Amino acid sequence: MAPLDELKIGGMGASRRRVEDNRFIRGKGNYVDDIVLPAMLHMQILRSPVAHARIKSIDTSAAWEVPGVRLVLTGETMAARNLAWMPTLSYDTQAVLATDKVRFQGQEVAAVIADDPYIAQDACDKIVVEYEQLPAIVNPIQAQKSDAPLIRDDKENQASNKIFDWEIGDKAATDQAFANADVVSKLDLHYPRSHPSPLENCGSIADFDRATGKLTVYMTSQAPHIVRAAVAMVAELPEHMVRIVSPDLGGGFGNKVPIYPGYVVSILASILTERPVKWVESNSENLISTGFGRDVYLEGELALRKDGKILGMRMKTISDHGAFYADAQPTKFKIGLMHSTFACYDIPTAHLVSEGFYTNKAPGGVAYRCSFRVTEAMFFQERMVHAAANDLGMDQAEFRKVNLVGDDMFPYRTAFGFLTDSGQYQKCLDVGMAAIGYDTFKQEQEEARKRGKLLGIGISTMTEPLGAGNSREYDIIGIKMFDSAELRVHMTGKALLRTGAKSQGQGHETTWSQIVAHELGIPAEDIVVEEGDTDSAPFGMGTYASRSTPVAGAAVAMVSRKIRAKARKIAAHLLEVSEEDIEWELGRFYVRGNEERGVTIQDCALAAYSNIPDGLEPGLENTAYYDPPNLTWPFAAYLCKVEVDAESGVWDVLNFVAVDDCGVRINPMIVEGQVMGGLTEAYAMANMQYITFDEEGNCIGANYMDYLLPTAWETPGFELHEVVTPCPHHPIGAKGVGECATVAGPAAFVNAVMSAIEHTGVRNVDMPLMPNRVYEALQTGKDVSGMPPVLSD
Amino acid sequence: MYPSRFDYDSPATLEEAIAILDEGGGEAKVMAGGQSLIPMLRLRFASPERVVDINGIPNLEYHRIDPDGTLRIGALCRHEDLEFSTIIADTFPTLAGAAHLVSDPIIRTRGTFVGSLCHADPQGDWSATMIALGGKIVVQGPQGRREIEAKDFVLGPFVTAMAFNEIAVEAVVPPAKGKALGGYLKLERRVGDFATASVAVALDMDGDTVTRAGCAMAGVGGQTIDANEAISVLQGKTLSVENIEAAAVAVAAVADPRTDHRGSSDYKRHIVETFVNRVLTSVANSEKKVAVA
Repeated sequence: MAPLDELKIGGMGASRRRVEDNRFIRGKGNYVDDIVLPAMLHMQILRSPVAHARIKSIDTSAAWEVPGVRLVLTGETMAARNLAWMPTLSYDTQAVLATDKVRFQGQEVAAVIADDPYIAQDACDKIVVEYEQLPAIVNPIQAQKSDAPLIRDDKENQASNKIFDWEIGDKAATDQAFANADVVSKLDLHYPRSHPSPLENCGSIADFDRATGKLTVYMTSQAPHIVRAAVAMVAELPEHMVRIVSPDLGGGFGNKVPIYPGYVVSILASILTERPVKWVESNSENLISTGFGRDVYLEGELALRKDGKILGMRMKTISDHGAFYADAQPTKFKIGLMHSTFACYDIPTAHLVSEGFYTNKAPGGVAYRCSFRVTEAMFFQERMVHAAANDLGMDQAEFRKVNLVGDDMFPYRTAFGFLTDSGQYQKCLDVGMAAIGYDTFKQEQEEARKRGKLLGIGISTMTEPLGAGNSREYDIIGIKMFDSAELRVHMTGKALLRTGAKSQGQGHETTWSQIVAHELGIPAEDIVVEEGDTDSAPFGMGTYASRSTPVAGAAVAMVSRKIRAKARKIAAHLLEVSEEDIEWELGRFYVRGNEERGVTIQDCALAAYSNIPDGLEPGLENTAYYDPPNLTWPFAAYLCKVEVDAESGVWDVLNFVAVDDCGVRINPMIVEGQVMGGLTEAYAMANMQYITFDEEGNCIGANYMDYLLPTAWETPGFELHEVVTPCPHHPIGAKGVGECATVAGPAAFVNAVMSAIEHTGVRNVDMPLMPNRVYEALQTGKDVSGMPPVLSD
Repeated sequence: MYPSRFDYDSPATLEEAIAILDEGGGEAKVMAGGQSLIPMLRLRFASPERVVDINGIPNLEYHRIDPDGTLRIGALCRHEDLEFSTIIADTFPTLAGAAHLVSDPIIRTRGTFVGSLCHADPQGDWSATMIALGGKIVVQGPQGRREIEAKDFVLGPFVTAMAFNEIAVEAVVPPAKGKALGGYLKLERRVGDFATASVAVALDMDGDTVTRAGCAMAGVGGQTIDANEAISVLQGKTLSVENIEAAAVAVAAVADPRTDHRGSSDYKRHIVETFVNRVLTSVANSEKKVAVA
């Protein structure tokens, strides 16, 4: 019998078309807003027009008068049910509907539930709120001033606007390294606020059934199981009477990890009205009130030896978390995995200090397409490395090669305690350099200068920690970060797979089937994947931080192996030999020494329901919970070549080469799609995106005319390459990859532009590198720092 | 993003539409492509009592060139019709240059040239081209039709010289005196973005002499800026390097940009100067090529 061709059954390495796309491109997806329940009501939220104010009064009487209005909720009504405040995923509290004060523009103040959303909006407009405005704090620099107004006066023992002080590393050893340095290179920069901007905004439909006592909530959540636990606690409902369903999600990017007030209000509204209540926010509401990314001031320095060796690293971060500390991160690490910075470089000692502050902005600092702050960590790293190479007068690639962790150094313990376990960093960089023509660039650049053209080349190399946990170190509000998969093989050999992850566009329905196909030889098309319903899916921590493949994907492989182990017993029974005499090849067991005599996995499945050996349980299904032994450590080497127009500051990408080593690729096409999507977002951050605030805390740019999402027109082409270093601990050798490009991408663009203009003496232009900022740097030779100013004359 | 309640009419004739506007007493709003109006309704920046959809009125989709060279653009001519027009590419290069820079391809399929003029956005592209070309807008009301010069059409941001009961039915661009040259350059942060700064330059040339020069700018003032007088320094002259620079400096001097997050006023003025220079230089070079050929 010819063995199965794994690519033909859609197994590992097959660039299978995404099965979910069939419904998405036909408009047949099933998103929260597509769901219509009988007798459903609609909710709209009234938001604060000001950033910081005491609420003197709220008059809802005119709203109640609008025909079709069923319920009007304010902080007062929420408070009567102990729901005016809710706990966050970072051990803070957040206002559901404001009672005492509003603390950011766009904060939820009241809600109207009506027969249709138009009526609800009309009634919202009729609510009169009297505000007594207070001075606003719009950045963490203001927040730390001694005379700064106290934002969180609701909290006992909160005397200032500081949320946390956190540090890691060896300060004394690092100080010593700096004392011994030949050269010290410094850089400070701001990673501007950006927004995850899923195409589908957040929303929920709460459906409380008084007869059964059961609450079902359809919700835009990347982590429905965490939400179930939180809802049970907040709403004081028994957990088995709470069902959270995340249907199709139109992107998440970290924006759909936090729990938003709208969800909670819709739940109470359904309990009170005993009818389903739908709430779906608008684009502007998403931009102004939900979890933003970044907004961190980073400064640091490298202790350098003349020959280029990095002796030590010091870094400080000051982060803006908005009015409530609500961005999820592993409990132990207050600023996420910021301390993974410089993990790809061999640095003997390092020290990191982080401070977080409340400001009068929406709660945020969420991990926008990154593993808990690694985007900021790696951006700073690669900008710092760029500056240091220049300070030493060394070539950018050469400086990196002197310091990259070598292939023979794994497992490698970083100065901050991470254990990187695999990679071929130099090789990735070499592949990228060859592809972009690095060796001839200097000549190209000089020749272009003679013609009045400014060319630049930028490098970004990094490894990042993807796939939290292990559970020893990683938890969110105490829940350990493992994940799960449940596999049911039906009697005809078709199968149903469920995991605790939740796809938002990552293509789980496609790739999970490929893992099962690889492990069991069941064709991928014979496997259906379900996620997101807490009543049916096994418990899992959800999808973010590139953790699906490293954790849930591993669980899929492990549950498949459990199935295979049972099928082996059945095969032995069918073949009438002992289990020890059975051999496995893809999709089939056979008798050792007699390959012709065998049974397929489908034969075993049928027997599991029709011909069970004595002493074996019927059926062929199982569940696996997977607690990864370590994070996975993919590597990226990105090189970008740009041309800057000196007259306008406009820059164009001439070539972009991305080399990704994410270990074994389950579906190469999906990996490439992830990299291209991430690079597109990276390009947008580097080039055009910002959300800023005026002195009063008014958000400038809370719409998609000001906050720009890149389109196919201006996004440059990307040339992708791969290097494969399997993950040593993952059952199929895979590493996370979904976020590598967003994380490593921005520095490649910025370093390229800087390379084109730094002959003027400029050292740093903060993102976004809009034409006017690049032009200013070219004209003045000085740094351009901070957010673009708001209207000023 | 739910608009206030409004009544919707879809009249079949202009006269019927004008009667509805007249009856509406200023509370009715005309919708052509709807690409600006619908977002404004959804954001509740506009809450008209009635929306008068003119898409059902026949024979307004046209753009055509009369025997004397006059270009006429009907009220329902879409941006895309001009983008892919075969008749304006050589005869009205300023319009052709702007056509593919108006917003994004999706909006261009639906939005209209005349509707965009009526929206009177200070960052709108078409107003600048119309002023540079010395165009007119034909409006029709209960008393019949009248023409308004493009330079007089916009009174301020989002305010035009039309009465509440008038509809802009046609844009008219006069023929060039000699050969029509020129172009449109726009600095935008992304396709579909409004102009950080843009310039429309329209030249009528007799050999290598400029017989008429027109220019207007978007994004660099409270409304579209008429720079026709500034660029008239080119009148009767050739496109020498010195003359081009003098014209670019003169145009930049009448720009009135504000510093904002898209750039400082100085930067925007510099962009205007650079862009005027580029359009004129490119015209000069193309003329040279023609001469050589």
